[in-house]
Amino acid sequence: MAQVSIRKVVKEYEGGVQAVKGIDLEIADHEFVVLVGPSGCGKSTTLRMVAGLEEISGGEIWIGGDVVNDVPPRDRDIAMVFQNYALYPHMSVFENMAFGLKLRKFPKDEIKRRVDEAAKMLDIAMLLDRKPKALSGGQRQRVAMGRAIVRNPKVFLFDEPLSNLDAKLRVQMRTEIKKVHQLVPTTTVYVTHDQVEAMTLADRVVVMNHGVIEQVGPPQELYHNPKTRFVAGFIGSPAMNFLPVRVVNEGGLAVQLANGVRLAVPPQRVDRYAPFTGKEMTLGLRPEHLTEIKDQEKPNVVRFDATVDVLEPMGMETMVHFFIDGQPVCARIDPNTPAAPREILPLAADMNNMHLIENDSGKVV
Amino acid sequence: MRGEGVKNTAIQLLLAVNALVMLFPIALMVLSAFKSNAEIFDSPFTLPETLDFSNLLHVWSDTEFVQYLLNSLVITTSAVLLILLAGTLAAYALARYTFPLNASLYLFFLAGLMVPLKLAVIPLFVELDTIGLLDTRLGLVLIYVAMGLPSGVFIMTGFLRNLPGELEEAARIEGASEGRILAQIMVPLARPALVIVAIQNAVPIWNDFFFPLVFITTDARKTLPQGLTVFMGEYSTDWGVLFAGLMLAALPITLVYILLSKQFIAGMTQGAVK
Repeated sequence: MAQVSIRKVVKEYEGGVQAVKGIDLEIADHEFVVLVGPSGCGKSTTLRMVAGLEEISGGEIWIGGDVVNDVPPRDRDIAMVFQNYALYPHMSVFENMAFGLKLRKFPKDEIKRRVDEAAKMLDIAMLLDRKPKALSGGQRQRVAMGRAIVRNPKVFLFDEPLSNLDAKLRVQMRTEIKKVHQLVPTTTVYVTHDQVEAMTLADRVVVMNHGVIEQVGPPQELYHNPKTRFVAGFIGSPAMNFLPVRVVNEGGLAVQLANGVRLAVPPQRVDRYAPFTGKEMTLGLRPEHLTEIKDQEKPNVVRFDATVDVLEPMGMETMVHFFIDGQPVCARIDPNTPAAPREILPLAADMNNMHLIENDSGKVV
Repeated sequence: MRGEGVKNTAIQLLLAVNALVMLFPIALMVLSAFKSNAEIFDSPFTLPETLDFSNLLHVWSDTEFVQYLLNSLVITTSAVLLILLAGTLAAYALARYTFPLNASLYLFFLAGLMVPLKLAVIPLFVELDTIGLLDTRLGLVLIYVAMGLPSGVFIMTGFLRNLPGELEEAARIEGASEGRILAQIMVPLARPALVIVAIQNAVPIWNDFFFPLVFITTDARKTLPQGLTVFMGEYSTDWGVLFAGLMLAALPITLVYILLSKQFIAGMTQGAVK
């Protein structure tokens, strides 16, 4: 058990390309932190630097109170689960799980006890004699996790462990991983490009982009209070709608769309947005805040008509795609709302949940 | 569908003819090993009249055959083992580590593929003479190792490069040293490639006539192909005995090939199917 500190860490490749540009991150003991971001954002590189598989070009990484920059991976007391599981194909499941313990000269009965215990927890006790070849994807994933658990390391590292599984199994294994972390609360750093995985698993989510950390926070905070346009667009599915607007103050502060339609800013936000009067900004509104007209409307809800382009019934809800000023927009409506493609659908925009984004800096104000 | 069937039959037929052409001399050798000289000339293509083991016994007990066999075994085995050892170590370094001159070193090994060693027989002779290894089995082994390394390194490097890097990283995180990763993770996985290199070298070394002829003069150190020439007389040759010797000489390497053929084919077709 240990905390992990990443301080001003830089990864620079030959030719001066920086994959990670001086990031800072404090991970508490027992914490489950998920690094998420698009491919090439530096999340895997960061994880590999923590693991010691990648040299650190600048800054320091601490594990449990020691700087580990020059400590080889085997002495960092970490365990890693890889995307392709990296099980040794010529060894049985038992041998795979026991390999690390044997290398560390654990007594035989202790190895057996630990492997049996982990196998029981992961429900793979009946597979111990099999070779990885004879296992399904989900079982291999469990073995890979078992191999990490038996060592009882200070830190677990997961590198996109669910990416090779089919959609159904991925959801199932996601729950398993969460359950395992509840049973064995080891400090965990988990890398994924899937924001749903990040939201569901993490105590705190770290959103990375272009080698820098955009925002760190609990899933709900990232969802409701994104600090940048990138985080706003990355977290949440379907993604947040973005529309170019101008902040105007003619008879009350409002944002004006390119087609002239004005959406009043809720009174509690007026002070916050007033300094931006006259500026070109971007309005961010999540699909669930664009809904059908409800009988009892909350204050600060603006009604408007949309011409439906595509309908996506999901069962529990229906996604409506349409255009405002040529910009694609998605709304989330009740599946019982009568709607048809190319027809006019009255919608309501809940401005209480609006986000206003500076165009130059990409910051949410 | 029908065209496909015709094509398949044609291929099968071609393969069958090829197999016949290949097997015919071997069958002839085996048959003749059990015949007397007179019978070989009278009816060369028939089955032997009686199952006569006298040729085999004669080869085994009245000639230096056993000594030649031992020499061939020792030389081939040690040369192949050394090629596998040195080749794997070199290939592992070339395939899995980045260091300056990596590519140049790899090309240096590959360059060896282009040099027919037989062209260098005179310098080799001088060299072996200088270090006092002329007319020794060790000298011969060293030449074979030098001959086999380029292709060995080439095959092993290609194979090791394709093994997933995560296996190595996983082992490294779990606490394995570089040597252990090589011995316990990489080498077991590289077995198909090792078999290819072993067979691809063992057969020509076992069969080699040229280098022993040039470098070995003492009868007790001769290899089988060289030793068997003793059976060819200047005026008369006992063909039955010669064929019996040839059969016995071909037997070990044939057995090795049969035993390892499954792995050999597995290695050759690696990557062809998932």
